[in-house]
Order: sequence, then structure tokens, then C-alpha cells
Amino acid sequence: MSEQIDKTHVRSKKEMVRHGLVIGLPIILGYLPVAITFGVVSSQAGLTLGQIGAMSVFVYAGASQFMGVNMIAVGAGAIEVIIATFVLNFRHFVMSLSFMNQLREHSLIRQLPLALTLTDETFAVASMHTEDGKEKNGIYFYTILFLSAYAVWVLGSLLGGILGEVLPERLSDSMGIALYALFIGLLIPSVKQELRVGMIAIVAMLVNLLCSPFMSTGWSVVMGTIAGGLSGIYFLKEDEHT
Amino acid sequence: MIYLIIAGMAIATIIPRIIPAAIIHKMNFRPWVHRALQAIPFAALGALIFPGILSVYEDQPFFGLMGGLVAIVLSFIGLHLIFIVVGAIASVYIMSLTF
Repeated sequence: MSEQIDKTHVRSKKEMVRHGLVIGLPIILGYLPVAITFGVVSSQAGLTLGQIGAMSVFVYAGASQFMGVNMIAVGAGAIEVIIATFVLNFRHFVMSLSFMNQLREHSLIRQLPLALTLTDETFAVASMHTEDGKEKNGIYFYTILFLSAYAVWVLGSLLGGILGEVLPERLSDSMGIALYALFIGLLIPSVKQELRVGMIAIVAMLVNLLCSPFMSTGWSVVMGTIAGGLSGIYFLKEDEHT
Repeated sequence: MIYLIIAGMAIATIIPRIIPAAIIHKMNFRPWVHRALQAIPFAALGALIFPGILSVYEDQPFFGLMGGLVAIVLSFIGLHLIFIVVGAIASVYIMSLTF
């Protein structure tokens, strides 16, 4: 969405909230089928609705939740599940560090709700819209973006837990591409503007690919992200002024 | 027991998310660290897309690859994100019906 932003007009809080919802729509579309599937899978694995809800509210991490339910179903120990979750989610440390650096001038109180609801998707969308975030009421844009995704995740997983298979299996399988399409749709416009950005992403992809035979998915994504970030020290050298 | 595991998982996901918020005000980064942090979103996008996209559809890495190509083409045309997502879903759905 490349709507012209009138530089003289500072958008009101209400406008920013609406803008956040519009920009967040693709995340909502991507989360809904995944959340419903999580609810279905978990209730089939024997979790109660309360446990499904608690997991989505307090853990709020798609891949970790699926993995956790799987491990619980096969009778893995608590420590194993918790360590695996930490490994899988450590990438959020790197992302949160980048995003909180972006939000430097905001107070901890305003940063915390965003840090707590940071996911791959909310981080990626927010980072591609830092112009909106830098506006006077930008924090409202970020907050509604993050909270709407959170709400859909929680409600969707409860819906799946209550209703069982709501979506035909073939359709929910096909919707697995949604979040990848979201990531691609976020990346390509930046690559079109700045080829160097594409180089950073390619470094991350290759390092992730190279590492993946030797370590868990969680660590190889972390390695790829860090390697790509470090390559930015070189690739982003010329735009010191931004 | 399950609630205990959930509590542990919650702590394991919350810690990496909030530590940066807690420490960022005390940190002053050199310019090269800022550049690395600015590159992280693009790096993360790359690492999240590939090779994960190949495992979108069970035993059919080709479906994910083609769905990704559709998304790339639609992004290049400049479509809104929502249509890129819908277009990629449709392409994978059609492939799952055909192959």
C-alpha cells in the first residue's frame, strides 16, 4: 500500500488505529487458519479448551505451540519441551533487539506490550512500516497492529478447539503458504528499491540452508538472521545519513 | 502437569522478547551495530522464507516453491499484500487439486 502521505497532516490516533488494522489484515488472514488448526490439533491431542486458550494467551508462538503439543502428546518431559521452546523462540531476541532499538525514544511502558506480542509476522510488518511508526501517533499504529494479531491468534485457536475441523483439510493445507507469501510480499518492495536489501536476505537464506543439516530449525534461523544482519554492516554502509 | 509445561513455555518465550526492551535504554550502540540491527528485518525475512517454504505442503516441496514464485511475481507487479497472500494460497490449492 503506497498511499501518499501528506507530510503536513499529522494523522490522529483514530486514523493511526484504522491504518494499523488495514496494514495488519494480511497477518490476520494468515493467522486465522493456523490458529484454528492449532486448536483442532490440540483438542485431538487431548488438551482441554482451557489449556488451549492458556497456551495461546501466554505462550503466543505458533511453531513452539505446535511443537509443544506434539511433545506433550508423545509424553516428553516438561524440561525437554521448555528447552525446545526456548531454542525455537530465541530468534525473537534478535528481532526484539532490532525493533526496540527502533523504538528507543519510547518509554518501557509503551515498549512492553509490543515486546510481549512480538512475532515473526508482527515484527516483519512493523519493520517495513517504520515511516508510519515514526509519526507522532505511530505508537498507536504499532500497538493495534500487534494486538489485533494477538487477538486473532487467541480467538482462532479457541474456535478450532470448540468446532474441530472448520476448514476443509485441503484448503487449510494450502493456506500454509500464507505466511510465506506475507514475508515475500514484505521483502520484494524493499528489494525493488534497494538491491542491497536483497543481498542481506540472500545471505540469511544461504546461511540458514547451510546450518540446517547440523542444528535444529530454531538455531539455524537464528544463525541465518545474525549472519544476514552482520552482512548489513557492509551492505548498508552508504546510507549512514538515514 | 500440562499447565506447568505451559507456564514454562511462557517463560521461555517471554524472556527473549522482553530482555531487549529492558536493556535498550542503557545501551548505546556504535554506528556499525545500528547498521546490523537495521539489516535484521531483511535478514529475518530471508531466513524465515527459505528453506522453510519448501515444507509448506507435505512431501511436495515443489508446491511451496511455485507458491513462492507466484508471490514474487505478484509483489513485483505491485499488488497489495492481501492479494499476494490470497494469490499464493489459490496457486497452492490449484496445484493440490491437479497433481
